[in-house]
Amino acid sequence: MFHRICSVTALAVALCPPASAAEVGESAFNPAFSLILSGSYGSLQRAPAIPATGFAMNPNPGHEQGFNLGESEMGISANIDPQFRGTATLALDPAGGISVENAFVQTTALGDGFNLKFGRYFSGLGYLNELHAHAWDFSDQPLVYAALWENQLGEDGLQLKWLAPTEMFVEIGGEVGKGRGFPGSDRAKNGSGAGVLFVHAGDDIGIEQSWRAGASLHRTRRVDAESADVPDLNGNAVTNLFSGDSQTVGLDLVWKYAPDGNLRNSYIKVQTEYFRRKESGELSYDTVGANITDSYSVTQSGWYVQGVYQFMPRWRSALRYDQLDPGSAKVGALNAGNVIADYAYHPTRTTWMIDYSPSEFSRLRVQLAHDRSRQGLTDNQLFVQYIMSMGAHGAHQY
Amino acid sequence: MKNLLFAISLLLFSNAAHAALNVFACEPEWAALTQQLAGDKASVYTATTALQDPHRIEARPSLIAKARRANLVVCTGAELEVAWLPVVLRESANGAVQPGGSGYFEAASVVHMLEVPTRLDRGAGDVHALGNPHIQTDPRNFIPVAEALSQRLIQLDPANAATYRQRFADFSQQWRAAIAKWELQAAPLKGVAVVVQHDGFPYLNNWLGLHEVATLEPKPGMEPSAAHLSRVLGSLQQHPARMVLRAAYQDERPSEWIAQRAPVAAVELPYTVGGSDGAGDLFGLFDDTVARLLKGLQ
Repeated sequence: MFHRICSVTALAVALCPPASAAEVGESAFNPAFSLILSGSYGSLQRAPAIPATGFAMNPNPGHEQGFNLGESEMGISANIDPQFRGTATLALDPAGGISVENAFVQTTALGDGFNLKFGRYFSGLGYLNELHAHAWDFSDQPLVYAALWENQLGEDGLQLKWLAPTEMFVEIGGEVGKGRGFPGSDRAKNGSGAGVLFVHAGDDIGIEQSWRAGASLHRTRRVDAESADVPDLNGNAVTNLFSGDSQTVGLDLVWKYAPDGNLRNSYIKVQTEYFRRKESGELSYDTVGANITDSYSVTQSGWYVQGVYQFMPRWRSALRYDQLDPGSAKVGALNAGNVIADYAYHPTRTTWMIDYSPSEFSRLRVQLAHDRSRQGLTDNQLFVQYIMSMGAHGAHQY
Repeated sequence: MKNLLFAISLLLFSNAAHAALNVFACEPEWAALTQQLAGDKASVYTATTALQDPHRIEARPSLIAKARRANLVVCTGAELEVAWLPVVLRESANGAVQPGGSGYFEAASVVHMLEVPTRLDRGAGDVHALGNPHIQTDPRNFIPVAEALSQRLIQLDPANAATYRQRFADFSQQWRAAIAKWELQAAPLKGVAVVVQHDGFPYLNNWLGLHEVATLEPKPGMEPSAAHLSRVLGSLQQHPARMVLRAAYQDERPSEWIAQRAPVAAVELPYTVGGSDGAGDLFGLFDDTVARLLKGLQ
């Protein structure tokens, strides 16, 4: 195909320079086009639909059992004109259909450290939130991301970041959006449905170590958020409705080490994140039955710590520990006999993985997890995964 | 208060007076060249060291912060930095150094490229569409790069144009003399058969007339496997080589494995400035490269 391009089309100028290498952006292709193919095999001892104890009113992205095609992800990006750059990431659902994961425009010429992004994007909160699934170090997200952000917070809105002109990397950013992803409730109304503030700082320590630390704040108002199959004090599973304010604070830290700063041979990466969410408002208990509404507030939190070790070229192994705290809720008097206020259980999980990358563009992974996120339902999980990328050579974030 | 203001302005402007240009160089050879051409008119930051694989760098926060303050970014180009530089430049939100602007310079854009693939297929490994980007192993490439870079410095900082012109003229003269010296010293290397670990030496081979008979990486960017090393060892029976070359940042084990089993010398080359004790500057880089190659012949 490229022979043909070289011989017959005007693209030959870009693709087949006769002598010197003309300055190009990230690829000779315009736009840069890439496709990620991924799939997995999952073996679980427990039904993945059961949520973590104390988190029945949160999303439960769960896992797939048996052989399944993961999301294939198609990415297209290019400079639109001297002022704007566009990026679209389309997820091809294995069951058919295409969903828009990211579709945003970024400014390229604001200068003075300002970066404006608008459209649909992954929020800049935390560390893992902005990373696409193919760049994760495990085949799944930490429990805290699964329970508090439904794996990843995507937003329709705009984000403004400013990078300070300092020796050390210091970046502050803010977002306003629709409140599309959980815990937002995707309302159609004027104004902003959710807001995010974040600050990142980072630097090198000598040539072998580097780090980045961050703090974030997310606020939204949840309206008529319905949760089904929530256990109650009477031993039933009911449907509840919650409306109220949601405020989440987060802290994240990443530290990397490579001998001589050379990532090719070996490196270590340690990261940890903590999120704490306070929700307060009105809860309607058992909307299809008793339907009793009274005040409800709860503070949920969770954290994980993980380490990745590339012990030789092409081979990496990693260990992760996860913990959640469902908190103890303040339940209004009318519902005190119905709604479980304190589960007295902290969901945890320990995960180990090993992966092998024959080249920069392919990766094969085996992952084992000992999951105690559901009280009395210990689950040993096995995942086998492949991630392959084609097309434009993507540049990765830190 | 007045004194304090004076002290602050002195701090701010004295810095500016000493170094008009903040330069972000992707690789040590371009940092050294920029310093050579600009002297004290530029303050140069080097993003990578000789012990790091320039393909595999991450867009670290420190690099983004440095690019934010740069007036000029000097890199190899030809997709060598494709895995990290686009993110660094984008995140830096520095309008002065974006590709296509006067604050962005790619050395490969003025060099005659070798190994430009006629077939773009990752089945052939991590091929670079614009040709092999390891242009810094042939000292002759530094002449056009220095000339273009000097022009760029003049364009960005016209007040010091006379200095840049003078420094380029001096460098050009010294460099041409040094090339003549190295070529004389390296005469015994002409036609010598070598094995390379990564396909990173076509410019060096082309310059000195080294004859490359095998590569330890089965495909560019893929680690040498035991099976492939055995095949290379077998092929050396028929096409013997004198040396196996690797860059300072590369794992020594594959070359040493071959050197222990075949009558070839494993030679580690500095590859760029700082890659060995002798390669302290650009002149030292080639003094040491030629010396190590000659030693490998013995």
